[in-house]
Amino acid sequence: MDTTTATHQQTEPPTPEAGAERAARGATRPGDRIFLGLSRGSGILVLIVMAAIAAFLTYRSVLALSENEADFLTSFEWDPSGSPPRFGIAVLAFGTVVSSVIAMAIAVPVAVGIALFITHYAPRKLGGTIAYVIDLLAAVPSIVYGLWGALALVPHLNGLYGWLDDYFGWTGVLSWSGGPARSLFTVGILLAIMILPIITNVSREVFRQVPRTHEEAALALGATRWEVIRMAVLPFGRSGVISASMLGLGRALGETMAVAMVLSPVFDIRASLLEPGGGTFAQNIASKFNEATVMGQDALIASGLVLFVITLLVNGAARLIIARRKEYSGANA
Amino acid sequence: MAKRIDVSGLNAYYGSFLAIEDISMAVEPHSVTAFIGPSGCGKSTFLRTLNRMHEVTPGGRVEGKVMLDDENLYGAGIDPVAVRREVGMVFQRPNPFPTMSVYDNVAAGLRLNGSHRKAALDDIVEKSLRGANLWNEVKDRLNKPGSGLSGGQQQRLCIARAIAVEPDVLLMDEPCSALDPISTLAIEDLIGELKERFTIVIVTHNMQQAARVSDRTAFFNLAAVGRPGKLIEIDDTERIFSNPSVQATEDYISGRFG
Amino acid sequence: MSHASLTPRRSSLRGATLPKWFPWAVAAASVALGLAVSAAAGLQSSIQWALIAAVCFVGGNYGVSARVEGRRQAKDRVATSLVWVAFLLAVIPLASLIWETLKRGVKVLDGYFLSHSMGVVSDTEPGGGIYHALIGTLEQVGLATLFSVPVGVLTAIYLVEYGRGRLAKAVTFFVDVMTGIPSIVAGLFILSLWVLILDMGPSGIAGSFALSILMIPVVVRSTEEMLKLVPNELREASLALGVPKWRTILKVVLPTSLGGITTGVMLAIARITGETAPVLLLVWGTNFINTNPLSGPQASLPMYIYLQYANSGGEGAAYDRAWAAALTLIAFIMILNLAARAIARWKAPR
Repeated sequence: MDTTTATHQQTEPPTPEAGAERAARGATRPGDRIFLGLSRGSGILVLIVMAAIAAFLTYRSVLALSENEADFLTSFEWDPSGSPPRFGIAVLAFGTVVSSVIAMAIAVPVAVGIALFITHYAPRKLGGTIAYVIDLLAAVPSIVYGLWGALALVPHLNGLYGWLDDYFGWTGVLSWSGGPARSLFTVGILLAIMILPIITNVSREVFRQVPRTHEEAALALGATRWEVIRMAVLPFGRSGVISASMLGLGRALGETMAVAMVLSPVFDIRASLLEPGGGTFAQNIASKFNEATVMGQDALIASGLVLFVITLLVNGAARLIIARRKEYSGANA
Repeated sequence: MAKRIDVSGLNAYYGSFLAIEDISMAVEPHSVTAFIGPSGCGKSTFLRTLNRMHEVTPGGRVEGKVMLDDENLYGAGIDPVAVRREVGMVFQRPNPFPTMSVYDNVAAGLRLNGSHRKAALDDIVEKSLRGANLWNEVKDRLNKPGSGLSGGQQQRLCIARAIAVEPDVLLMDEPCSALDPISTLAIEDLIGELKERFTIVIVTHNMQQAARVSDRTAFFNLAAVGRPGKLIEIDDTERIFSNPSVQATEDYISGRFG
Repeated sequence: MSHASLTPRRSSLRGATLPKWFPWAVAAASVALGLAVSAAAGLQSSIQWALIAAVCFVGGNYGVSARVEGRRQAKDRVATSLVWVAFLLAVIPLASLIWETLKRGVKVLDGYFLSHSMGVVSDTEPGGGIYHALIGTLEQVGLATLFSVPVGVLTAIYLVEYGRGRLAKAVTFFVDVMTGIPSIVAGLFILSLWVLILDMGPSGIAGSFALSILMIPVVVRSTEEMLKLVPNELREASLALGVPKWRTILKVVLPTSLGGITTGVMLAIARITGETAPVLLLVWGTNFINTNPLSGPQASLPMYIYLQYANSGGEGAAYDRAWAAALTLIAFIMILNLAARAIARWKAPR
């Protein structure tokens, strides 16, 4: 699970054996040499795989991009099998960003709320049980969220859509003509529900690590519970919550099946978020791949490479924040 | 604004475990009262009942009366948040808010009560830091993080933070146990000055410290591990250390146990 | 030190305090109001009345408390009510997910469903089952585990027991990177290698390769954590007896952390069992039983759910099968999770 990996980042590694490498190098026993070779080989294999992923995706992408007649970054078209092939990722980038932003806007505050509920508001037993259940929910596969989203969530959203159209329809961004609620907005809601457990779990861990002494310091100054949270808990947990959100964002960006099952894709950008339309990188690959020509597949691989780079950056940022946090949180813990 | 504390028939529990039993004592205003006793005798627990901090520990609950002048802290309708504002506390380990600057740490309690006028705030921060004998050391780095100070400075910062809100009583839970001897001396001097303005109660493991700083000393003990802690006696410090009325106190002070 | 103007002293420690039942009363009133408004305005969606109730709850708490208790207390109450609302908001969809899956899943889930394939049943007819998908899932996940566990555990051993210097740093970094790879990208990579370059057709093993890419980093991370928990004294004690390092690792370090490693592996398996995207690209899915993972399209549970949903033509029979398969999948993953946790608890370092 993502959550386990994320929290593990925060534990300090124990002091390793001094001179282990030297001892290993000096080893003359065949057993030692074979064993070191095997384990180092596995490590190198990981590197090779990563290099190969980057290389292959880039190679295939270049094949497609060199034939592309349209601007890859800004074109709204997707016709890689035409002659000449024309395709661009503007629509996908828009859909991916918009659905992820909606998901984050909903999920982050709610997840922080639940994390606080578990650590600071709920009775201890109840909090533990909820934490456990949310932990398990993080393991529910995305295909099930997709099925639930398509068959149970979408029919329930008509009322909400009607409301949004009534009160905010004039903005154009939230107007709705009454079709099925299979738009980027619904995708955003579903993604929010999907990444909620991850963000909650990591935030909860961080809030739990807030030193008791800091909370007591605030209490002893005559702070209410909310003021304790504002003075001691949130400042301490802020970077942790940010990196938790990044991990959630990484997952939302790359989510494939749930989006593919809920969105009714139209390869175009619509002004209204409530109208069907748009697409995401991952969804587009999944729904177009099996029917695509070789050129079409290469074009999809090119879009996959973009997704790969984006998630790399997001996850990298999350890890940087975690690493920075380690430096200054230790002093008074 | 120092106030008198009058405790009667106080029991404190952790869940179903009775941690301290039937404690009654009076703490005079403008005095330093030291609590001594072996580990686990409940002196820190008792201290935390004086500003209703005991009940923030899961399972913590209190029976009995704690009068602050004429008001029972455990009476009906008393707001524990208001109590903690009137009865300040300094903890065993210095605990400045790590994400706040020196200035913000001192101002933290004031800001809770909605004072935001910069000039007035500046004034109180300076006074509090002077009151904690810290001003000269930190006046050039008020905007640096409080966690960057040395341990002794951090503890004095915590004292400044506690006195900035002008409490009636200042509780100190082994304030020097995490500090080196020189910092300890600085804090002890400070306690002597602070008693002009506050009622001070200090828990300490160090009997010389109790003898040096306090006017009155209370000795706590417990019959055995797992039994509740009790107040054995409270008297003028001089008397406790020269001629205590209970044998157990004398044994403890002369180092025969504990 | 007089700044009475700044911090006005309350003469008393008594604040006007609302009774304990107050938030519950506001909650009840808000729910009633939400229902009433919905009934009056003829709103059909439960989301709407829940939102109305939530807004009333937060607003009511603030309004009354600000009047009676003052601004600070009111803020505190708003925070408390927001936290409760956040909790309930999140619980509703998550509970609904479990409830719907259970309710709709049990309809066709029986022995027949588990032991028959879709071979003779059209997607729009009732009948058929997930036998072929179960076989596919077990084989693909089994193979992926077979590839990932040795590589993952050995990599972790390298990082913890030998790793110094730049190679170890690079491996750590790229394992981190790997944990963030979207599953569809892992699928694309194997696809570009396997199908487009080696010119092989869809098969279960291709899917296993992609699943391995997702599984290896999880195994490495969890194993690493477990190995780090083994106290150095244990290693030194063994080395001091003249036991070679590799035997120390095999006979002392690994057995000590075996419980934790098993837990990590089971959680990793649980995670990849539900992966659909790489299977969609590489294994395709089929309605027929294919026991050979080395060639030809194979089914798998998540793929089965997707195909039943996508090819249903809106027919209830296909949806019922999709829900039943989802229930089976969740049950499988939950059992793995619970077992993993049980092992972790049982083998917890003492």
